[in-house]
Amino acid sequence: MTLSAAEVEHIARLARLSLSEDELARYARQLSAILDYASQLAGLDIEDIPPTATVLPIHSVMREGDEVRAGLPRADALRNAPDTDGVSFVVQATFGDEE
Amino acid sequence: MTFAALTIREARERLRRRQISSVELTQAFLARIGALNPRLNAYLTITDDEALEMARQADARIQRGEDTPLLGVPIAIKDVLSTRGVRTTAGSRILANYVPTWDATVVARLRALGAVFLGKLNCDEFAMGSSTENSAFGPTRNPWDETRVPGGSSGGSAVAVAADLCCAALGTDTGGSIRQPAALCGVTGLKNSYGRVSRYGLIAFASSLDTVGALTKDVYDAAIMLQAMEGRDPQDSTSVDVSPIDPTRLEAHGASLAGVRVGVPKEYFTAGIQPDVERAVRAAIAHLQALGAELREISLPRTPLGLPVYYIIAPAEASANLARFDGVKYGLRVQGADLIDTYRRTRGAGFGPEVKRRIMLGTYALSAGYYDAYYIRAQKVRTLIKRDFEQAFEHVDVIAAPVSPTTAFPLGAKVDDPLQMYLADVFTLPVSLAGICGISVPCGFDADGLPIGLQLIGPAFAEQRVLEVAHAYQQTTDFHLKKPPIRMP
Repeated sequence: MTLSAAEVEHIARLARLSLSEDELARYARQLSAILDYASQLAGLDIEDIPPTATVLPIHSVMREGDEVRAGLPRADALRNAPDTDGVSFVVQATFGDEE
Repeated sequence: MTFAALTIREARERLRRRQISSVELTQAFLARIGALNPRLNAYLTITDDEALEMARQADARIQRGEDTPLLGVPIAIKDVLSTRGVRTTAGSRILANYVPTWDATVVARLRALGAVFLGKLNCDEFAMGSSTENSAFGPTRNPWDETRVPGGSSGGSAVAVAADLCCAALGTDTGGSIRQPAALCGVTGLKNSYGRVSRYGLIAFASSLDTVGALTKDVYDAAIMLQAMEGRDPQDSTSVDVSPIDPTRLEAHGASLAGVRVGVPKEYFTAGIQPDVERAVRAAIAHLQALGAELREISLPRTPLGLPVYYIIAPAEASANLARFDGVKYGLRVQGADLIDTYRRTRGAGFGPEVKRRIMLGTYALSAGYYDAYYIRAQKVRTLIKRDFEQAFEHVDVIAAPVSPTTAFPLGAKVDDPLQMYLADVFTLPVSLAGICGISVPCGFDADGLPIGLQLIGPAFAEQRVLEVAHAYQQTTDFHLKKPPIRMP
């Protein structure tokens, strides 16, 4: 299969990645080759096989106990942020004037 | 023998008898790192001051008569594991200045035991790669031939152990990232069963596959490290308690493998394997037989499907895990016209080529219209790969196979062909997908003097048995004692 530049641009938009023209062309070629390789999974008779999401026999794990414990102090939570006002992360508005 | 070549066990023996101090040992490693790291690039961050302070504290504990398996022993940590107050980059530009405010559980456990942390080790960005060339901070070089890769993604860990720049190193293995660099650098590397060691504080790549483990100078040290790290952690709901590892039991068996059934899977000796690798691995298997093991030819028919399954599932999980790097809470931010534009510019500038490739691949496999055809299908074939092993382990105790189809390849040889790079992991991926354990131990050299690894695979949580077989092998061979031909500057 061959992914078009438009398809690759669509995936990049879903993945929140800005890519250069060069990158778009390169990834179109490389992703196509990898997906071709993965196509060997297509012919297998696996209708009745259950999917494995985790190898452990665990399901919804409940938190042990329900006791008050120290959480991450605010100063620590903000320490690595690119922009804060001292109490919160500072980000651009999610909804602009045009919304 | 220089201090730097000591195993954990040997170092502890000397520390316990006060023949050396932890400060002396730490200084010996720091001097060696200072001399060799500019060439090898194994360490991204060297924490001299913290290391010496930890060594002083360890010496004080030793003076008080304390005795833990790691007290005063200098080790180093792959840079995907969070270290409180010490920069943790995951080999990525996007986290170039990130300083965690807490320790990963494994780091906290080793700290409590009195280990000394020398610094943080280079790796492929977010542990995605097989050569350490995907690090944003330059490749690590193989000490056996500095024009060649060390393998990956725990390449810095393998080189730090091989070149005696630490006593032991923490690594992680998602598809082969401990075993393959251990093989290519001639050290011992244990990939633990999924769930045996906590993942809390590991910067996540593929959460259903990620495991934390150690690269060491021999099998006995691998047992010591696992004992120190393993066990249930309330912070990781997938971690489990199992019967603990007992390093002293490795000795009890001596070098006899009488009664041990070793499976030899024919699918691991196919076209594409380097003849020197096949010769050395077959010789190692014959050696196990000479020690009393019973050999049985087995079949793991879905082995070739491991690669396509892994390169759907791991990127899918990665695309979700790496969504957190959005320039808001930590890491790089590149401001754009609006919030979405900021996300895209931040991630476009912060991630390297392989990470973007995998995010794209995973996003595609999870996207509307392709989810069933790729992701669910891959998860179903993962079930078949797991069943292959379960059926084999009804007849054998361990499986013996190559780790990597080739020895260390030249720097740059595969960077432009991702599929060729992925094929380097063809013999390690199935074990990861099945969530079972496997160890790489040195078993020979190719015609160019490059190390070759033997992979011993066991069922889930059968580390004790795998380590016993590997230890018996090392008791009667000396490949793990060979040192790379490093010229000091």
